[in-house]
Amino acid sequence: MHDKEKQLVQSYMNGNISRRGMLRGLASMGVTAATASVLVNAAATEALAQNGFDWKKHSGTTVKLLLNQHPYADAMIANLENFKALTGMDVVYDIFPEDVYFDKVTAALSSGSSEYDAFMTGAYMTWTYGPAGWIDDMNEYINDPAKTNPDYDWEDMLEGVRNSCAWNGQPGGALGSDDAKQWCIPWGYEQNNLSYNGRMFKEAGLSVPKNIDELVATAAEAKAKIDGTYGIGVRGSRSWATIHPGFLSGYANFGEKDLNLASDGKLSAAMNTDTSRMFHEKWVQMIQESGAPDWSTHTWYQAGTDLGAGKSAMIFDADILGYFMNGGDNAEAGNLEFAPFAANPDAAAPTPNIWIWSLAMASAGKQKDATWYFLQWASGPEHGLFGATQMDFVNPVRKSVWADAGFRERLDSSYPGYVDMHDLSAPGAKIHFTAQPLFFDLTTEWAAMLQKMVAKEVPVDEGLGQLEDSVNRQLKEAGLG
Amino acid sequence: MSTHTVDAPKKRNFKISKRYLPYVLSLPALLMCIGILIPFFTAVAYSLQRYRLSQPWARKWNWGENYLNFMTDPAFWNTLKVSLTYAFLTVGVELLLGLGIALLLQKRTRFNNFVSIMLLMPLMTAPALASLMWKLMTNPGFGVLSYWATLLGIEDMKWASDPSTAMMTVVIVDVWVYTPFIMILLLAGLRSLPRQPFEAAELDGVPRLFVFWKITLPMLTPFLLTAVLFRVIESIQQFDIIYAMTQGGPGDKLTVFQVEAYLNFFQSTNVGRSAALLMILWLITYILSTIFIKNWLRLRERARGEG
Repeated sequence: MHDKEKQLVQSYMNGNISRRGMLRGLASMGVTAATASVLVNAAATEALAQNGFDWKKHSGTTVKLLLNQHPYADAMIANLENFKALTGMDVVYDIFPEDVYFDKVTAALSSGSSEYDAFMTGAYMTWTYGPAGWIDDMNEYINDPAKTNPDYDWEDMLEGVRNSCAWNGQPGGALGSDDAKQWCIPWGYEQNNLSYNGRMFKEAGLSVPKNIDELVATAAEAKAKIDGTYGIGVRGSRSWATIHPGFLSGYANFGEKDLNLASDGKLSAAMNTDTSRMFHEKWVQMIQESGAPDWSTHTWYQAGTDLGAGKSAMIFDADILGYFMNGGDNAEAGNLEFAPFAANPDAAAPTPNIWIWSLAMASAGKQKDATWYFLQWASGPEHGLFGATQMDFVNPVRKSVWADAGFRERLDSSYPGYVDMHDLSAPGAKIHFTAQPLFFDLTTEWAAMLQKMVAKEVPVDEGLGQLEDSVNRQLKEAGLG
Repeated sequence: MSTHTVDAPKKRNFKISKRYLPYVLSLPALLMCIGILIPFFTAVAYSLQRYRLSQPWARKWNWGENYLNFMTDPAFWNTLKVSLTYAFLTVGVELLLGLGIALLLQKRTRFNNFVSIMLLMPLMTAPALASLMWKLMTNPGFGVLSYWATLLGIEDMKWASDPSTAMMTVVIVDVWVYTPFIMILLLAGLRSLPRQPFEAAELDGVPRLFVFWKITLPMLTPFLLTAVLFRVIESIQQFDIIYAMTQGGPGDKLTVFQVEAYLNFFQSTNVGRSAALLMILWLITYILSTIFIKNWLRLRERARGEG
């Protein structure tokens, strides 16, 4: 970096000039915006190295990671040289596709293997890994100033996201409670909102739905008016993953819960209520009338690719799914738009249930302090900003990254409505499930029951009754109900 | 030319005492058995425990409770029903088709040999890959089979996505993959049958259908039993085709033993229930194998005139 460029970037880092001012200045020196971000990242790493923290303490150590094939992992790998230069450490990793990833994690952790020091996980999975003693409570590291660099700024993490990764291990215990253990560090997250095909909506004269009734009607209208397209994409496979995105986001917006927690600590099914019945009926009707013909096999992949290929008019699913479908070689790239969605007409704002890709530390690991060096760097504000502005590291979990003008401009210009959607939904965005060890059993059963309802094998009210009985029986068998 | 005398290498006298020889010879088998028996008895032990990875503090021996819970668990009875239905349908259809094709290809000609090799292709495809291929072909939106169905007047065919056609769809995939196995086994059997009874029947002008029922089929029964034995054992343990196509859905239409056990272990981390399910599956497989093998031995003895 030349001195003048260096000074300009440094001024920006010190907050003396705006990002736009820095970019303009660099452009006058013949530096492109892309290179400018690399310079900023290098300067940020340089600044990190000078914050008084002993980054070289574990120099020469190699940390091994287990990663899921994901743009978040790609962003980290692209920035890895900076970490190596900063710490003198090395990082090796194994990457697996998502289909087999969690089986691999379960196998590695349950065997007590020390092969992997850290790994990617979802917050739900830590409800198994944590109580099983396979992962460490990250509070021990975050709260230790000798181990954590002064610029890490844990409070910069979005509160709902941060809390969703913390649980006290008590079935039904509130996420983020004072006695909660921080089982994982949020890395990137997904809200569930509407991603729709703006071109199709315009051509068919459709307006963006604002609540569940409008969603059902708009989906049906889209299917009727747009040839060869179904109205709405939502997940439908026999898996817990069918419940957690759009379905639970809409359900929770009516104030409904999955489980009740009694004063004696016992859990019981909470989905057999009048409001829940009403929501289930509308959801089922929507899929029957306007969902994918092979809905019951749809995972996030089919929901996303159908939107990208123009086979569906919209999805009520992870916002980043719409984000990725709006680029690349997708037929509808550039045509997708985004909107917040509150299913309940009386709700003030959306309450999206969230999926959080997080980083966790294996208890069996042999070099935990060194691993924490990697984790704090990977989840730090500098890497977050690099990933968000240079790679596809959306949605970032740090408030400072969301406040970055460059990042917001980038999103706003290419992903219409995305920033507003996020800002409006973020306050209510959290995990709306009850944390408990039977999470995967009960939600998979919920999905199976939803399939039966959609297939008209069982009426909604009867199905909810059966689900309630089964959930209560399983909770009782597990000593939780 | 000069000649060199080279001393022959001395034979090493490595003798094993006759007393130990049987043990030494059976050592590889013993090692194999240990490799199988350790996981087996570990699974037996797990099946007798309340053991969830997510509730390690609650792990304890509950002896037969996992099995007793099955008695009142509708999900278990559904699994049993689905697994047996799947095995019965797949093996039944494969047997009929395999036998039919084998009879058609019985005569040794170049064409028949070529066709029989070509028909083995599906068997060389990994079932999981075959399932993904069929998943695409049966996609209601763009699948070629869905398109053909519309040409036949069947609109809105949802294949594996619909509870009423899900079983039929996975059975079709299984039949496509495994019929060649039965076909090749029966073809080998047919071609190895002695010619004399057939020549005698031909000379006497016995109708072909009578020959099939009274000569071919009885003589082929050991081969049929072998084919059925292998296929039943494999079919009742089906996992990849069903999991790749529907993950056991829609609803609980295809929750066969292996899928249920897999989900119980890897998704629910309920090791105890998963192991108990697999023990029941092992028991069913063991009983069926015993029945088939006994019958097979009886038929073999009868064929030798010992019965």
